[in-house]
Amino acid sequence: MAGTTFRDDLPDVSERPGRLSHWVSDWGTVVIDAVSMVGDIAIFVYRMFAWMFTRRPARGTILRNCYQVGVLSLPVVALTGTFIGMVLAVQSHRQFQMIGLENRLGAVINSSLVRELGPVLAATMLAGRVGSAIAAVLGTMRVTEQIEALTVMGADPIHYLVVPRFLACILLIPALTIMADFMGIVGGYFYSVVVLGIDHAAYLQNSADHVTGFDLFSGLLKSVFFGGIIAIVSCYRGFHCEPGAEGVGQAATAAFVMSFVLILGVDLILNILLDAFYYNIWAPGQAV
Amino acid sequence: MTEETTAAADPAVSATSGDPIIRMRDITVRFQNQTVLHRVNLEIRRGETLAIIGESGCGKTVLMKTMIGLLRPNSGTVLFDDQNLGTISQADLAKTRRRIGFVFQNAALFDSLNIFDNVAFPILQHEAAEEAEITARVREGLAEVGLPPEAAEKYPAELSGGMRKRVGLARALILRPDLIIYDEPTTGLDPIMSDVINELILATRRNHPVTSVVVTHDMRTARKVANRVVMLYPHRRLKPGQSQVLFDGPPSGLDHADDRRVRQFVRGEAGERIDELTRHAAAIASTAAAAEIEPEPNRSRDSHG
Repeated sequence: MAGTTFRDDLPDVSERPGRLSHWVSDWGTVVIDAVSMVGDIAIFVYRMFAWMFTRRPARGTILRNCYQVGVLSLPVVALTGTFIGMVLAVQSHRQFQMIGLENRLGAVINSSLVRELGPVLAATMLAGRVGSAIAAVLGTMRVTEQIEALTVMGADPIHYLVVPRFLACILLIPALTIMADFMGIVGGYFYSVVVLGIDHAAYLQNSADHVTGFDLFSGLLKSVFFGGIIAIVSCYRGFHCEPGAEGVGQAATAAFVMSFVLILGVDLILNILLDAFYYNIWAPGQAV
Repeated sequence: MTEETTAAADPAVSATSGDPIIRMRDITVRFQNQTVLHRVNLEIRRGETLAIIGESGCGKTVLMKTMIGLLRPNSGTVLFDDQNLGTISQADLAKTRRRIGFVFQNAALFDSLNIFDNVAFPILQHEAAEEAEITARVREGLAEVGLPPEAAEKYPAELSGGMRKRVGLARALILRPDLIIYDEPTTGLDPIMSDVINELILATRRNHPVTSVVVTHDMRTARKVANRVVMLYPHRRLKPGQSQVLFDGPPSGLDHADDRRVRQFVRGEAGERIDELTRHAAAIASTAAAAEIEPEPNRSRDSHG
């Protein structure tokens, strides 16, 4: 470096500041990128809501997306819901039998399904099936200049591409959650009553006693948030896709991973809030 | 042998009214630390067909996107019919874009829509036309670019590259724009289909009073369709103070241009570039050897063509 002199009798420290500055620079870049992404997503969401409340998207685009999100996701959500109901019966039966409470199996299976597993399962399926597809489609549109073509023709890409997908996700994920809940209940009932031989009337009575309307409400409310997360994250990832086939693949993978992590994080926060709401406002008498 | 049509030889094509439709003043565009355009000035006169030529990475595409407000310059102004694209609202910008047709390099047709819906898209976006009128206009638009009505029911994936470009042209023309921009219209096409596209550009210019900007590095296209050529040079290769616009004049002046770099580009001669590449590779190898590390693969991306 110009103007710098080195002496042989001193230890060579020239590497240390270099490494340290690289380390600081690398972490600084990571932090700046993360903050920029949060800001980008905030602007993206703001623009989406601004369009949603100012101009109705074309009916055809909403119906096409509803078909993709709702109708085509139904079989896989129903199937996985059935399996998860049966798995819950298998997992819980032995423990409940040991303490002589196997007749209460319906309560634990069904309340777990309605409050937690149904919404999370439907959201996971949606993130995997629809979220990745959204990111891949929009990513391909970005790479092949179709998104620029929309802009050039005077159509706002967020209004045309993001708003219908967001609406389809938040409107149809409650229906998918109900399907996951229902098939899980059927699966759990089938395994418990038909395979394990638990008393039919006791199973149903325990289920009815312990699964409340609030459980169903909280599950469906959470699912709307999950649907919103999937749509926003997947569309954002698609819009910011790197060029090439690898970029599209990364966008699809990142959309699923980021959606899934956010779904679980938001699930925790919503559970805490809903619990507080239930014990303080909905049914204050039941507070522990 | 048929006589070749060129813009200069065609009186309808060479007629321009003279007043600028686009004025670009002191345009500078930077991506991170890389300056792509540096204080570029360009006026496009109403009715002319301008070809913007230059090697890959010289900023042609960036200039074209800046011209219609798809990219915002770091400094400088773009006036479209005296409207400053940098200061008008998004709504006004969307209305202005109704007057601009854009033919993308790979057509950029919407995969999820069939050809009819692709061509009808600008009409649905900007006009409240009746279905019968839309059908008639789309059929007419497809016929203008030589596509049969049956093609309307197909999807973009079912068409060849040349057909997709023609659909892209039909879509760009459907609203009868004042300005039409062609981004590398002949890239990736065989020589015959390239000439078909060139003829369509000329026919479009003859049939409609439109200003055209053709971004290309195909000299045959530039010579055939343009009545004015602007050559851009990469900013990174210039000495301080030199202009990025190396040539601005009729295509006939290209072969006798004063600037050696223009003549070299027009003739497609590598010239000193081979020596430069060899020296560059040697410099990288010696730097890597001095640092006792493995040379890294070149990750630079050329995206500013």
